[in-house]
Amino acid sequence: MNALRLLAIFFRLGAMNEVQYRANFWIQLVRTVMNLGFALFAVFIVFDQTDHLNGWTPPELVVLMGVWTLMGGLLGVAMQPSMEKFIEDVREGTLDFTLTKPEDAQLLVSISQVRVWRLVDVVVGPLVIFAALSYMGEETDGHEALGFAVTLTAGTIILYSFWLMLSTVSFWFVRIENILMIFHSMYGAARWPVTIYPGWMQAMLTFLVPVAFAVTVPAGALVGRLPMPWLFGTVALATVLLVASRLFWKIGVRHYSGASA
Amino acid sequence: MIRGFSDIYRTLFGMELSVMFQYRAAVVIWLLGLVLQPVVHMVVWLTVAESKGGSVEDFDAGTIAAYFLVMMLVNHVTFTWHMFEMGWRVRSGFFNAILVQPLHPWHRDVLQNIAYKVLTLAVMLPVAALLAWYFKPTLQPPSWAVLAFVPALGLAFLTRFLFEWTLALLAFWITDTSGLNNLYLAFALVFSGSLAPLDFLPAPLQIVAAWSPFQWMVSFPVELLLGRLTPAETVHGLTMQLLWIGLGFSVMQLTWGRASSRYSAVGA
Repeated sequence: MNALRLLAIFFRLGAMNEVQYRANFWIQLVRTVMNLGFALFAVFIVFDQTDHLNGWTPPELVVLMGVWTLMGGLLGVAMQPSMEKFIEDVREGTLDFTLTKPEDAQLLVSISQVRVWRLVDVVVGPLVIFAALSYMGEETDGHEALGFAVTLTAGTIILYSFWLMLSTVSFWFVRIENILMIFHSMYGAARWPVTIYPGWMQAMLTFLVPVAFAVTVPAGALVGRLPMPWLFGTVALATVLLVASRLFWKIGVRHYSGASA
Repeated sequence: MIRGFSDIYRTLFGMELSVMFQYRAAVVIWLLGLVLQPVVHMVVWLTVAESKGGSVEDFDAGTIAAYFLVMMLVNHVTFTWHMFEMGWRVRSGFFNAILVQPLHPWHRDVLQNIAYKVLTLAVMLPVAALLAWYFKPTLQPPSWAVLAFVPALGLAFLTRFLFEWTLALLAFWITDTSGLNNLYLAFALVFSGSLAPLDFLPAPLQIVAAWSPFQWMVSFPVELLLGRLTPAETVHGLTMQLLWIGLGFSVMQLTWGRASSRYSAVGA
C-alpha cells in the first residue's frame, strides 16, 4: 500500500512537471505512431511475400507488435527513467539524498522519475491488440486472457529485476550507462517472435537479456500458442529474479560510499 | 608547423582516434545495435524463405545471408551519428570552439567518423567472420565487381555523410530534432535496402526507392559485391552517386552558410 501511495505521489509530481510542456504529449504521440507504424509496415512487407512467419499469421504478429508497444510503455513510464537517474546519482554522489529518506531505497530508485506521456504507449498498445484480436474474429476465452495477464505481469517483473541488477552493478563500476544501450538493441529484436531466431540467439534473448519473456510469451499466451510449461516457467523465473535482484541490491547498496563527502 | 590539408587531416585524425580509444568500451557497446539489426532482418527473411520453399524473389537462403552480412558492413562503414549530436553542440555552446577554427567543421566530423570506423572494424570484421561461418552466405562476384565495389563504397559514404550532416544542421533552427531524426531513419531503413533487399518491396515502393538517394548509400554497393549488377548498371549507379553527391554538397553548403550566420553563441 505504501508503495502505491509513493508511486501516486511521484506520478503526480511527474504529471505536474510535464503539463508545463504540453507539446511533449503530441511529440510522444507522433513518436508512438511512428514506431508502431514502422513495425506494422515491416509486417506488411513480410506478409506481402508469405502468409505465415514460422506459424504466426499476420494478425497474430500485429498482436505481438501491440504487446511490444505496451511493454515498452510500461517500462518507459517509470522504471527506465528512474534507473537512468539512479545510475547518474551513484556517479555524482547524489544518491545520498535518496538513502537518507525514511522509505525503502530500492522502491525510491525504482519510481523516482515518471514520464507520464509514455502512457500513450500503454493506451495505444492494447488498442492495437484489441483491433487485431477482433479482426481474427476468434473469441479470446478467459483462459487465454488470464494467461496473458499473468505472463505480462511476470514479464514486467522479469525485466524490472533485470534492470535493477544491471543498475546495481554501478555501485562497483561507476560508468555503466552504456550497458543500457545493450538493452535497447535487444528490445528491438523482441519485435519478432523469438522462435524464428537460431538457438544461440534465442538463448541470448531469453537468458542473457530476457526480452523474450516480456513480449513473445504474453503475446503467445493471448493467441493461444503458449505451452503450459512456459507459463509456469515464466512465473517461476519472475519470482526467482525478484528475490535475487533484491538480495543483489542489498549487497550493492552496502558498497555505496557517497562521492561528495 | 601545419601545411596544407594533409597535415591538418593527420593531426585531427590522430586526435579523434585517441579520443575514441579512451571510450573503447562504450564504442564496442554501440556496435551491438549495428550488428543485431541486420541479423534480425536476415533471420526474418530466412524464415520467410523457408516458408516459401527456399527462396524469396530470386534470393535463396545463401544469398539472403550474404546480402545482410555485406549490408551490415556497408552500413557500418557509411553510417553517421552527427544528427544526434548537433543539437547538443548548438545548445551547449560547444560550437563556439569549432567556429573559431579556420576550417569547415565537416572536415573534422568526417575524420571523427573515419577514426570510429577504423577502430571498430577491428571488432566488426571478426564478428562478420563468425556470422558468416554460422549463416553460410554464398556470393560469387566477378573480379571487376570487387574492384568497382571500392569506389562505390567510398561514394556511398560521401553521399550519406553529406545528406545526414545537412540534416544535422537543422538543429540550428529546431530545438528538439529527435522526432525528425527518427522519421528520417525510418525512411532510410526502408529505402536504403536495410529492412529488406529493394527487390522484395512492393512495386510502388520500388519506384520511390529509385528516386531517393537512399539506395545509393547502402543497397547499391551491397548488390554490386553480391555480383547482382551488370557493368552498365554499375556505371549508372556510380553516376547517380556522383550526381547525388553534387546535389548534396550544394545543399550542405547553402544550409551551412545560413546556419552559421544564424548561430548566436550560448555559454561563456
